[in-house]
Amino acid sequence: MSDTARPSVAACPACVATPPRPESAPEKPGRLMLSLPGIHCAGCIATVEKGLNALPGVHEARVNLTLKRAAVDADADITAEDLVAELDRLGYEAHELDPGTIAATETDSAGRDLLMRLAVAGFAMMNVMLLSVAVWSGAEDATRDLMHWISAMIALPAVAFSARPFFVNALSALSARRLNMDVPISLAIILAAGMSLYETAMSGRHAYFDAALSLTFFLLGGRYLDHRTRATARSAAQELAALEVPRAVKLEDGREVVTPIAELAIGDRVVVKPGARVPVDGVVEVGTSEIDRALLTGESLPVFAGPDSDVAAGEQNLTGPLTVRVTARGEDTRLHKIADLVALAETARNRYTSLADRAAAAYAPGVHLLALFAFAGWMIASGDMRLSINIAIATLIITCPCALGLAVPAVTTAASGRLFRKGVLLKSATALERLAEIDTVVFDKTGTLTLGTPEMQGLRDHARTDLALAAALAAGSSHPLAQALAGAAAADGVTPADVSEIREVPGYGVQAQWGGQRVRLGRASWVGAEAAAEGPATWLQVGDAPPVRFDFTDELRPGAAEAIGALRGAGCRVMLISGDSDRAVAATADRLGIALHEAGALPEDKAGRIEALHREGHKVLMVGDGLNDTGALAAAHVSISPASALDAARVASDIVLLNGDLTVLGDCLVTARSATKRIRENFGIATAYNAIAIPIALAGFATPLAAALAMSISSITVSLNALRLR
Amino acid sequence: MDVLTYLIPISLVLGGIGLAAFFWALKTRQFEDPDGDAQRILRTDYDEEPKED
Repeated sequence: MSDTARPSVAACPACVATPPRPESAPEKPGRLMLSLPGIHCAGCIATVEKGLNALPGVHEARVNLTLKRAAVDADADITAEDLVAELDRLGYEAHELDPGTIAATETDSAGRDLLMRLAVAGFAMMNVMLLSVAVWSGAEDATRDLMHWISAMIALPAVAFSARPFFVNALSALSARRLNMDVPISLAIILAAGMSLYETAMSGRHAYFDAALSLTFFLLGGRYLDHRTRATARSAAQELAALEVPRAVKLEDGREVVTPIAELAIGDRVVVKPGARVPVDGVVEVGTSEIDRALLTGESLPVFAGPDSDVAAGEQNLTGPLTVRVTARGEDTRLHKIADLVALAETARNRYTSLADRAAAAYAPGVHLLALFAFAGWMIASGDMRLSINIAIATLIITCPCALGLAVPAVTTAASGRLFRKGVLLKSATALERLAEIDTVVFDKTGTLTLGTPEMQGLRDHARTDLALAAALAAGSSHPLAQALAGAAAADGVTPADVSEIREVPGYGVQAQWGGQRVRLGRASWVGAEAAAEGPATWLQVGDAPPVRFDFTDELRPGAAEAIGALRGAGCRVMLISGDSDRAVAATADRLGIALHEAGALPEDKAGRIEALHREGHKVLMVGDGLNDTGALAAAHVSISPASALDAARVASDIVLLNGDLTVLGDCLVTARSATKRIRENFGIATAYNAIAIPIALAGFATPLAAALAMSISSITVSLNALRLR
Repeated sequence: MDVLTYLIPISLVLGGIGLAAFFWALKTRQFEDPDGDAQRILRTDYDEEPKED
């Protein structure tokens, strides 16, 4: 099967996830969308809705629990920050969503269309089944013909309407000279309806109208489940994209104006406040600060940025406000260029043939040959054209892939629903199958195994006065190291020293006066210390005394140790490959007990390492979050990124962890393996039914009743088996 | 067998009503938030009287 001409399943796991980039539609005034990842019950709905409705200016707030979102109608002067603050007070985590990005998922017209066809097929099937029962229980002659004619009147329009999705897919497959599952399905439905109509007109004994309808019904059911799983994943993926509201603060004649990024022009000046992501590629014009590039390069240490420094979209500004002259925005940023490269790399993985495709490839020609063989055999044996055609068609109907059509979607729906409730989002349809095959797991460090937020080390080793001074100075800064220091000191009961004239020197540190002396907390070079020391550290200098070093390590992501234990328990080899310094990588690897680790890896090294592992015959799961991981994520057999990852990394990965916790990795693997096992079992069940049904059909004993029974029982068994999924 | 002349149309009409009801529910977006609706039924807010605007 060619890569390009696969409209339905594998055509693009990437476009399922690729967030659309609309030209930032003008927002409807007063319509706000919030993401509420923490809500789960009636009490939450009530608290959130009551809390929001009680705010002055809010007209209506409506929670959607399925999507974990709230839509709020409010006056134009109400901002999302107000609502988020209120929800925070009530104890709910909330994030603003970009309504422009989210709008596409609000109406799921394709899903409703399928549901409509499913309902018509179901209604028609029940009525025709009732009429058929009369025939099966012995209606004769005129009564039987009447029943058949009424059935035809219901079934033909119903099939023409309901089975359209199959016909359309089959036609497009045939016009590309391929066979897919929809070809035998359409053929069986059309032949069953046509042959039954002919038999009815000839007052024949057997009409398969009910079979044509129940085939349509069950298969549409499978199709709908499939669609729903995908739609949930798509809307959640878009939600992640919408979390990054594409706005920038633009300088217009000295005034700060909030502008959508799409409306920025090259040469505009934007202000990047401390703590904010840089929205564009550009050159710093005014201001000094430190920039956290962990997401782009994996470096855990911030770098200095001053006038004429280049900054890139996706980097985080830490300490001082910067005015940046825009050199590239939106699709032209380095961030997007790299993401585009990843999209190309993705197509390589699209060649993975899913279990369903493999089954269809073996199955479709098989049944057609079988039907032809039945026709030829009976033609030779009896010479009766009508009889031979009837038997051939009965064979096609009875072998129609009812159970096969349900085998995969029923299991995937059960599995992805289960994982979604645990905060795991499957973006790719074949992610579960591929995840089940892995034997090696490669982790990135910064932002994946660690949170990228520093944690103070060896607090007790320092003199109390130093700590008290450092804590006082750190309290005046929003730099991550300073905040970690202040937090750790406060937790240890250190009372900050009484300092005066405290001021932050952006890009360098904090300075103050204490007892007539100048005290400084900040970069090594600023306080006159040896800058060569490795690892995240900040320095304290009192007067002209030699500076004191404070060490930090990266805080581990919750569940990292459990996840690694679970993956090892499942028989996987665990590796750590990072772009960070040797020391930092070794420290993290030691804490987690990972023996195989590599430091200082460039993005190409990571991808190359994974390809090398593939050549050795390993199937690799890559877990990463940064732009420097995207190549590796795309190259791996299957890839996972946390929700905090950069957009490009999430696009490149098959699975996104919506919660910050890594513990679920173990569950993912277990669910993936048992889901794949269930899918195989389902194929086994479907094959077993066919093994019994085919000889009966070939021998000419197949009746509409037998077909109805075989179809229903096999479909139900397959669905029940899918529900057994742990 | 004359009874069939009544019963068959009746069964078709009843089924048709069910189908129409389903279409109506679909059109009025009653399947947008199944989880939320399942939880909302447990709430007491709306039981006494309709919520006033």
